[in-house]
Amino acid sequence: MTVATAAQAGLVSCEACGLLSRPAGGIELGHCPRCGSELAWRRHQSVQRTWALVIAAAICYIPANVLPVLTTTALGSTDSDTIMGGVVFLYTSGSWPLALAVLVASVMIPLGKLMALTYLLITVQRGVPGNDRDRTRLYRLVEVVGRWSMLDVFVDTFTVALVQLQPLMSVKPGPGVVFFAAVVVLTMLAAMSFDPRLIWDAGSTREGNHG
Amino acid sequence: MSAQAGPDSVETVACPHCDLLQAIPRLPPGGAARCARCASTIATRSTDPIDRPLAFTFAALFAFIVANTEPLMGLSAAGRHASTTIVNGAYEMWMQGQQITALIIAFCAVIAPGGYIIFLLTVLLAVRRPPAPRWVGELLRWAAFMQPWSMVEVMILGILVALIKIAELALVDPGIGMYAVGALVVLLTAIGITFDPDEIWRRIEWVDPRPSAGVARGTASPEARA
Repeated sequence: MTVATAAQAGLVSCEACGLLSRPAGGIELGHCPRCGSELAWRRHQSVQRTWALVIAAAICYIPANVLPVLTTTALGSTDSDTIMGGVVFLYTSGSWPLALAVLVASVMIPLGKLMALTYLLITVQRGVPGNDRDRTRLYRLVEVVGRWSMLDVFVDTFTVALVQLQPLMSVKPGPGVVFFAAVVVLTMLAAMSFDPRLIWDAGSTREGNHG
Repeated sequence: MSAQAGPDSVETVACPHCDLLQAIPRLPPGGAARCARCASTIATRSTDPIDRPLAFTFAALFAFIVANTEPLMGLSAAGRHASTTIVNGAYEMWMQGQQITALIIAFCAVIAPGGYIIFLLTVLLAVRRPPAPRWVGELLRWAAFMQPWSMVEVMILGILVALIKIAELALVDPGIGMYAVGALVVLLTAIGITFDPDEIWRRIEWVDPRPSAGVARGTASPEARA
């Protein structure tokens, strides 16, 4: 059996239920006969959409890290903390495993996701062949770990919700929180709109030309 | 009903990550098939695709209700006591001027996991007697949409970090809600392992009952047709 993709064989697999079907001729592929979802060879305008979401997330990443996420008022003095400030606080208070968890989830994962998606987009757009398997693996990693960046937003929410002992002590959310949450949502949407099959499409046409 | 994708037949699928066509033989219970080219999991076969996930989903619904009604943690400082629930966390963010963050939190911590559990419960109850009506497929799609946004396991780590941070300032004690969230994390993982969407789709009635007459038609053996 020769290596063939569904698209090369004129078949399309449904993104919702996985059924393989042969679409009717014409520009419109119609809908999946089993679940009724709209069929498409590849996710609609995958590269453009992913680029737009990645750029939007990269813009939000800056205020997310520069602006404070928490403002603590205790006994008349006010203290503002950024994401990194929170990591340093956890580290100095002796819980370095949690400091490391927050550092990985809040700083390294969002940055890594942005870099990984940019790399995937550039290689797909230029039709760079090779490492297809590794790039698909990278995509799966981005999809799986993305949600963990929401960690700091949850930490801030429950800190704010609990520490409301006016006038003794109170914690307010800072303007950085919404940007940080936006980075997480935008990078998750970016990963969902990227179509990993595009990684393999460049290689298949090349193989076809050689053969 | 069409028997094209019967459980005993060899089924041809395209890898969702690289589009490679592959024929998958009948898998042993608990088995999984990986794509020969990109190593993505392309098929799984659950030992017990309906009853086991159904039991876990019922338990998850119970844990979800407790997690959302009981306080997560309490705090005592200078003779004053305060406690919070999950919804109260989102509410407090809203009141402090962070409406967008509050909505994101409410969606990821309450609406998405709750919706996922309720949709899945309905689907699993409905497919016990196949073929299930078409609206079941619609609900299954909604469950799949909710799943990536349900962040209970991220939330519990967030609560733990918040507890440790606040423990520097005041006396904190975990509440019943906290243990319920812990149970919910375990149960959602168990659902993820035992639930097999392919098996559920096979039990749902097709939108186009006569595949040959529809806009698109199912093909169980595309090589034969090509």
